[in-house]
Parts: sequence; C-alpha cells; structure tokens
Amino acid sequence: MAPTPALFISFESLQIFFAGLIELIGFGESFKWLATLLAGISISFLIINVMVMATAFYTWFERRMIARFQVRRGPNRNGPFGMLQPFADVLKLIMKEDTIPDEADKPVFTLAPIALLAPTLMIMIVIPFGTFIDDQAFLSNLNIGILFIVGVTSVNSIAIFMAGWASRNKYAILGSMRGAAMLISYEIPMALGITSVLILSGSLAMTEIVSSQSVWFILVMPMGFFVFMAASTAEMSRTPFDQIEAESELGSGYNTEYSGIKFAVLFLAEFMAPLVTAAVVTTLFLGGSRGFDFLPGGIWFALKMFIIIFVLLWFRSTWPRLRIDQIMGFAWKTLFGLGLFNIFLVALEFSLADQFGGLASDKVSLTPKYMLIIGAINWIITIAIILIMANVVGRKKYTRPEPTPSPLANMGIKES
Amino acid sequence: MTLTTEPFAIELAFWILSVCTVISAIAVVQIQDLFRSALFLIVTLLGVAGLFILLGAEFLAGVQLMVYVGAISVLIIFAILMTRDLEEGNPSHSFRVPVAIVAIIFILFAYYVITQDTDWNGRLISENLDAEQQKVAATVFFKESIPYLAKMLLTDFVLAFEMVSVLLLAAALGALALVRDR
Repeated sequence: MAPTPALFISFESLQIFFAGLIELIGFGESFKWLATLLAGISISFLIINVMVMATAFYTWFERRMIARFQVRRGPNRNGPFGMLQPFADVLKLIMKEDTIPDEADKPVFTLAPIALLAPTLMIMIVIPFGTFIDDQAFLSNLNIGILFIVGVTSVNSIAIFMAGWASRNKYAILGSMRGAAMLISYEIPMALGITSVLILSGSLAMTEIVSSQSVWFILVMPMGFFVFMAASTAEMSRTPFDQIEAESELGSGYNTEYSGIKFAVLFLAEFMAPLVTAAVVTTLFLGGSRGFDFLPGGIWFALKMFIIIFVLLWFRSTWPRLRIDQIMGFAWKTLFGLGLFNIFLVALEFSLADQFGGLASDKVSLTPKYMLIIGAINWIITIAIILIMANVVGRKKYTRPEPTPSPLANMGIKES
Repeated sequence: MTLTTEPFAIELAFWILSVCTVISAIAVVQIQDLFRSALFLIVTLLGVAGLFILLGAEFLAGVQLMVYVGAISVLIIFAILMTRDLEEGNPSHSFRVPVAIVAIIFILFAYYVITQDTDWNGRLISENLDAEQQKVAATVFFKESIPYLAKMLLTDFVLAFEMVSVLLLAAALGALALVRDR
C-alpha cells in the first residue's frame, strides 16, 4: 500500500510539509528537527480538538437516545433539539469552584484526570480512518498498531487508582479498587479476542488488519467479536459493568471528590471511551473503511462506527448493573474460556485451510472463499455454544455470598 | 522502524526520555510516600518503553506497556495499599558506594558481553552487501522484526519459551497453594 503523503494528514506527510516550509523560509538544514516537532504538535492539536468536539456531540446523542429508551425527553432546551446542551454543561463545569480536599494528595489528585484522558486520545493516532484516497492512520508506519492499543488502554487502571487514592475518600478508594480488579481481569479476554483477529490477519499493523479483511471478521469469527465487545464494554466501565462509579452504592465512586474542570476532564475521558472503542471494533471486526465503491472509505468507517456506538448505547440503557462477584465470574469463568476456545478454533481452521491451499497471494491471510467456509462453521458453533450456555449453565442461579468486612474498610485513612 | 530519521529529533527525544527515566528512578527510592514512589516507578517504565521505540524495538515497547505498566505496576500498587504507614513508609536510603560499584561493574560486564555476542545486523542481512543494500535490508529487517521474532520463538528458542511458560505456571500454582484454606 503506497502512502500518499500529499493528500492525507499523517505524521510523515506533515513532516514533509513542515520541512518544505522551513526550507522556504530559509532556515537551512540545522532546523530540520523543527519539522518533526511541528508535525507532532499539529497532529496532537488536531486529534485533541476533533475528539473533544466529537465527544461533546456524543454526550448529547447519548443523553437523547437513553431518554428515548426510557420514554422521556432528554435535553431539548438549548439550541435545535438541545444540541447546545453539552456546551452549556461545559461552561457550567468550568465556572464552578474547583475544590481539592484538604487531606488529598494534591499533585496526584490533579494529575489523575490527565492520566485518564491521555491514553484514550493516544489510541486514536493508530486508527486507520480511511480517506478518499488511501487507508492511512495518523501514525501509519507504527507496525505494532493493535499491541499499542492494548498497552495504552492498560494505563487506565492506574489513572483510576490515582484518582481514587488521592481523594482520601472511602467511597473513592472502594470504587477504584473494584475498578482496578475489574479492568485487569477484562484485559485478558480483550487480548484473547484480539489474538484471534491476528491469527487471520497475520499482522499487528492496523492498516494490514483492515486490508486482510476481504470478508469482515465479524462474519468469520462471531465468538471473538462477542468476547471482544463484552470485554471492551467492561474496560470502558459502562453500565452493566459500572462498578467503578456505582452511583447508588458508592456515590459515584472514584470521582466523588472531583468538581469543576477536573470533573469535566474525567467525564470527557469517560464519554470519549465509547467513540474510541467503536473505532477499534470497526477496524478489527467490521473491515474498517472497506465498503462498496459508491461511497468513500471514510464515510463507510463513520457509518460502521455509528452502528457500534448505537449497540454500546443499547447495552448501557437496557441492562442493570451486575454485582462485583458476577462481573469477576463472567470474566474468568465465561469470557476467558470462550476466548481461549475461539483462538483454538480459529487456529485449527486456519492451519486446515492452509493444508488445502487456501492462502491468499500475500501468504498470511486466507482467500475469501475459505474465510466464508470458516465463518459458516464458526457461526454454527457459536450459536450452539450460546444455546447450551443459556439452557444449561444459565439455569444455575448465582448465590449471594455471605458479606465479610473488607480488609480495606479503614485502611490508610486518618480518623478525624 | 523509528518514526523519524532526523538525527537531532532522535537525539532530543533520547535525552528527554533518559533524563525523565533516571530522575524518576532516583525518585522511586528517595521519596517517602510509597504510593508516589510506585507512580514514579510507572514513569520509569514508560520512559524505558519510549527508549525501546527509539531503538526500533516496537514490539518490546508494546509488551513493556502491557505487562509492566498495565499489569505489574497495578499489582505493586495493590500490595502497597495493604501496607501500613503508607505516607512515610519508604525507609530513607543513603547511597552505598561499594554496592553501587559492584552493581556498575556487573552491569558493564553484562553490557560488554551482550554487545560483543549479538549479531546486530540480523540474520536476514548478509555480509557481502554494499552500504546502500544493507540500509534497505535493515529497513526490511526492522519492518519484519515481529514475524521474525515469532518464528524464532517457535523454532530456535522454543525450549526457553516453553520453560518460561512452565515457570509462570509454577508461580501461579505456588500462589494458589499459599493462599488456599487448609
């Protein structure tokens, strides 16, 4: 895939652009490093602004949609259909007093929202959005793509720990302890879901994953898709898995003590997560920007992303919150097993297809015909497993465990 | 493949990363607050991940992020939160010169052995290419380093790979045996 630097904004093309600009002004060779710096700054500026605006409209969309699901009206006063509501909210939050608790660990308390926002934004640089010309990501030559995403996502749990611990609040610490336990557990099924994609794509780079999907991977391995969707919903800690916040139990958990602009940044990170997750799912399972020719790739990407966002919203607005033991049980007893089984299945089918000569010309991915055969087998197996689990395992009721006082109950907090 | 070939930019990034890494490594042992010292440990690990990227070892950088920053440091924080006197818990360390000298000699020795033994050009690049061809071959080598690594792990170094798995399994079983109700 030849890069087209002149027509799409990527790190390389911006570097070339700024190098040309510097030469034009007449600074000479010794200032060429400025081009790299300026390219980095412009990409950061672009991503931050686009994502913040997108998140603002997404919050409006989410509130309106959840209102529809729950038969109420939602925000409808500011602007047409209430579309200016997010701006009103942001203005309100900025003007509020920014309080920091007396006992709090102040530097850590201040850094926590940034540490939560930064990884979410960083994921966006490796997503190949698809342009009108070619399939490029902002950092298109990063050939660890998906590994970068998994690595960067795992920083979230530390940020939540920072927020909870620095607040010196029992509810906050409880929320972040639960959250860290949950996030660490769900990283494993998420990685397993990704691994099954990698078997078929044969590359870690996001652009290669997209180009290997001559048949969308959701059609080839539905089980991997389900595992990944469930795990990434938990990674975002949204409603079926929102033990981190749990308003009715913990008084909104790790962000109890936050107010003003810091609260706004925490919430920005939280509402940005569905957008980022939808982009990752689109790239991994829905063929990224691949589509039919009458629309450009970028529009296909946006459409698929929108569908995933809507499905995530549907999860959020219809399912009640699970208890923490149910959540951990779901991760380790169900998703972990399904993920491993899916990898085994896909690897077996891949090597069998290889035996029958199903490799495509690039020697790493399969031809569409074999992909469809594998897909048919996998759909049957997945539906069978879901039926078996619903009828046999699902009958067994979870018994509520006897509550025991947590060892964290009074730990580390000075009694006043 | 590094992100840029501009020497000064690489130099700048190297110095920023290494200064951050060293300062936060010193902070890990010198700061009184155990929680903050764990956070500085995370900064150190992030800095090392950045250095890996500068060296063209992107896979190592990703694994460093996933395993050390994402998992092990969270476990360290979990363990730290269980201790008492968290805010003054880190005992003050004075610089111990003899230990430091022994450690430095050991590290330099290991460094010397590794740099002498390693095939830096990679097995894909043969000796009898001219400079331009070697440059092209090196670019291909870095781009293909992940499949190459996977192939090596499952062919030449499969014994070491499996031994590590057995070791981890033994550690997991040992942990289970320790916490099990008798």
